[in-house]
Amino acid sequence: MPLAKRIIPCLDVDAGRVVKGVQFVDIRDAGDPVEVAKRYDREGADEITFLDITASSDQRETMAHVVEQVASEVFIPLTVGGGIRSIQDIRKLLNAGADKVGINTAAVRDPNFVREAAERVGSQCIVVSIDAKKVSLDAEANRWEIFTHGGRNATGIDAIQWAQKMCDYGAGELLLTSMDRDGTKQGFDLELTRIISDTVSVPVIASGGVGCLEHLSAGVIEGHADAVLAASIFHFGEYSIDQAKAHMQSQGITMRD
Amino acid sequence: MQKIVVIDYGMSNLHSVCSALAHAAKGQAEVVISQDSAEIASADRVVFPGQGAAADCMQALNQLNLASVIRKAASEKPFLGICMGMQVLLEQSEENDSTSCLGLYEGSVKSFRRHVDPQEKIKVPHMGWNAIQQKQEHPLWSGIPQDSYFYFVHSYFVQPTNSEYAIGRTDYGLEFASVIASDNVFAMQCHPEKSASNGLRLLANFIQWRGA
Repeated sequence: MPLAKRIIPCLDVDAGRVVKGVQFVDIRDAGDPVEVAKRYDREGADEITFLDITASSDQRETMAHVVEQVASEVFIPLTVGGGIRSIQDIRKLLNAGADKVGINTAAVRDPNFVREAAERVGSQCIVVSIDAKKVSLDAEANRWEIFTHGGRNATGIDAIQWAQKMCDYGAGELLLTSMDRDGTKQGFDLELTRIISDTVSVPVIASGGVGCLEHLSAGVIEGHADAVLAASIFHFGEYSIDQAKAHMQSQGITMRD
Repeated sequence: MQKIVVIDYGMSNLHSVCSALAHAAKGQAEVVISQDSAEIASADRVVFPGQGAAADCMQALNQLNLASVIRKAASEKPFLGICMGMQVLLEQSEENDSTSCLGLYEGSVKSFRRHVDPQEKIKVPHMGWNAIQQKQEHPLWSGIPQDSYFYFVHSYFVQPTNSEYAIGRTDYGLEFASVIASDNVFAMQCHPEKSASNGLRLLANFIQWRGA
């Protein structure tokens, strides 16, 4: 029986509240991260990822409280990303009960931050988030680059080389988001996912573009991802995590029962 | 009320372990975090978690003079080792160019990278949910079905010289001892505090367990 592939719902949190329309009829307060996390845990989510989208720095503290509350009631791995800039930020979240932290812009700004973080808290806690966009022209071989600020800012860094570099610097896992697909419901960028997953030796989470259950299984079967992350298909109750797992199993993918 | 002491040697995030224990205890036990030898000696049962590198863990234990306290606790009362808290129970680890460990069990801790056939193309760390085959009966398995999934995250695995102690096994490129137990000790590579209902059940069983 091999290692199970993982299904990870992702929640956007702003100033301590779940935002971007989580809509469950059976939840009293769909803005409460604890309620939503409990619901996903009951449905069999393998992990939960929180993305802190709080813009104002004076409300950043709030995320640690959210994690602490969730970690007191939900006993599956929790990852927190968004705005992490210092070892102190990382320690605060881990001490609050997070298992992993996602580092994105801070890694692009200073790759050594990833190395230092991995040395201080262990690679197993460090997820490097990679936002990639295809930059090649139609006639050219496919090429992807790293973008920051939600896909607005180009960096000129080759995505595949960057993924390898982040692993060399101590990333324990990569969260790979296709900025071309994010929000489109057209499915993962499978080629990008497969190339990166086959290149690096750490687990890769595919993200960006899930619109139906077939997209999730394709991420594993064709994209060679170790885990798949999605937001809206779960939030709006289009599909439950149970349904997603049943679909994955029907495609021959090992899932946790 | 019974007292469970979670040993704090600065090497892991104890929040999740403590809240899962408190949840599993349902008010029947007091959960205390401590690095004080008198406090650990007065516990009814002891949990020994840990994460990070083996050398750092051993250094922290030695600085705090906890090695003998841990050996004594493990011989006297129900003792649960988790992740690095399992690995350092062996004699020696390949991590950090060979690290001497506590030696409660003969055997060593080995690297997946070095010992798994490259043809297997495994990702390291071994991260995610994997099944534990129960090789022997044990009170801590009560209510947990054979081949249940638990959450793992590690790059090294234990290999006790006496394979009789490996009461749980897991496949990841090779079959490794994911649980070792004897007398008062039950030690697991996975994280029960992150393993949803199976993990909570195991912790509840530990809280009920009388030991050897």
